[in-house]
Amino acid sequence: MKQARGVKIWRWSIISVVGFYLLVPLYAMFDFSTKAYGFADSGRTLRAWKVIGSQESLLEAVTRSLITAAIVMAIILFLVVPTAIWVQLKLPLLRRPFELLCLIPLAIPAIVIVVGIAPLYRWISINLSESPITLAGVYSMLILPYTYRSLSAALDSVDIHTLAEAATTLGAGISRVIFGIIMPTIKTGIINGSFIAIALVLGEFTISNILNFKTFQVVIAQIGRTDGQVAVAVSVASLLFVLVLLLLIPTKKRQGAVLDVDIA
Amino acid sequence: MTQLQYKGTGSATGRTGSRYWRSKSAYLGALPFLLFSGVFLLYPTWNVMSGAFKDNYGVTSTVELMAVFNSPIARGAFGNSLEISIKTAIIGAILGGLFAWAIATGKRDGFFYKISVALSSVLAQFGGVMLVFAFLATFGFNGLVLTFATKFLPTSFLADASWLYSMNGLAVLYTFFQIPLMVLVFLPTLENLQPQWREASDALGGKYYEYWLRVGIPILTPSFAGAALLLFVNSFSAYATASILINLADFLTPLQIATALTSETGGSNPAEAKVLSFFMVIVVIIAMTFYALLRRNVSKWEQRR
Repeated sequence: MKQARGVKIWRWSIISVVGFYLLVPLYAMFDFSTKAYGFADSGRTLRAWKVIGSQESLLEAVTRSLITAAIVMAIILFLVVPTAIWVQLKLPLLRRPFELLCLIPLAIPAIVIVVGIAPLYRWISINLSESPITLAGVYSMLILPYTYRSLSAALDSVDIHTLAEAATTLGAGISRVIFGIIMPTIKTGIINGSFIAIALVLGEFTISNILNFKTFQVVIAQIGRTDGQVAVAVSVASLLFVLVLLLLIPTKKRQGAVLDVDIA
Repeated sequence: MTQLQYKGTGSATGRTGSRYWRSKSAYLGALPFLLFSGVFLLYPTWNVMSGAFKDNYGVTSTVELMAVFNSPIARGAFGNSLEISIKTAIIGAILGGLFAWAIATGKRDGFFYKISVALSSVLAQFGGVMLVFAFLATFGFNGLVLTFATKFLPTSFLADASWLYSMNGLAVLYTFFQIPLMVLVFLPTLENLQPQWREASDALGGKYYEYWLRVGIPILTPSFAGAALLLFVNSFSAYATASILINLADFLTPLQIATALTSETGGSNPAEAKVLSFFMVIVVIIAMTFYALLRRNVSKWEQRR
């Protein structure tokens, strides 16, 4: 369709205004991170970028966050996905309650979950250990609406009943049906869900900060208090990392609206 | 919106009547997940909801509830929270909606489309530490704008960055992640507009603006309002950005909750945190109910996938 000139002018003025607002702060971060130490406009330096690798607390935090993300993904793969398939296959009566359960986190702000879980968390860290498992548990619940959304879309697009019956007829056990037959067919949905998990864990601040758990974001904030330039350089690096990751993921089946969940 | 339901095809409906598919013990399969979500989701939720009606010693009372309800500090923070959420939801929805339109009118799957959607997905999650850094690097001391201003415009109002730490400053920061979120939520809706409507309008002699005025905007209004409600909830629940930029307990409700929960100077008051959380959840539930009602109207025309 050929666009009228008026439309084109509107389009480009909107793009430039909003684009300006979104891109200038990002550029400013990069600009700030390469400033010569101390004073403005006395040359450029990559000092802040070079010392990223030698920040031990940062490396520890990244490892900790990645371990947490791995646990969250394990919970999704071995608990949430099988249960979603199980409910779909065998428990038609539980479908609606399961959906509602998955959507509860939409109505509970993260800060409220912290308030509710704080006593339990304290109990666990005193009596058991301060492992990332508790944190991963909370995270996996927080992203439940998004996981559910990508899963249900994927499960809707294949006839898993036929698959399950065919596999059973051929002698497959139920775990084989779930892990060997159905999960591979809804791979895209699972990958989408896992990606959201990684993004959330790397970007989460509220819960880990209040529960005193030094994750990626918490440590960046700490570094920011002593060396702003390094903290900003790390932020830019992680932004670029996630952006590249997103561009690499095949966009064909990615649903546009991550938040578009129907709670009615 | 798709729901958990399968399209029955022939005999493959899964209800073949064999004992294997119908056994009661099948419910045991859902037990691990139920236990897990019980510990990490239902227990915290219940803890907050019931805790709002108890005092710090576990005795049932509405004293704390009424105390918070009547407290001018809590009311001020709650008002601030509502104000900033409404403001940034409206501004974010308008700017994000326009930007989504600009993306949708471009070439589908072109470079601009791809990069805009990817960037939106990244920036929609861009709250907290990094967002504050970005704006301090822009407007703060030694930042981009300040350097620029002192160089070319010696007496610029931009040289003073203290506005960043006010309500309006925080609103500017929040809008930064509201716009991309709006793009993510609203773009699919715009893409689902049927080209036939436009063609019909053209065939009847309608101009481009007439199409938008009489067809486009009326049909998009429910989706638009629904998206704005999501944005409202998003900034109402936001904690990280404000906690790093302005760490004043009485500024926003989430900050007040965090202080009531963690204060190490003897001011810790879990009951107050629960009551405040309770009020927050009520607001979110009201917003999400409206959202659900709006979506119901939308799904009549918007057939997905």
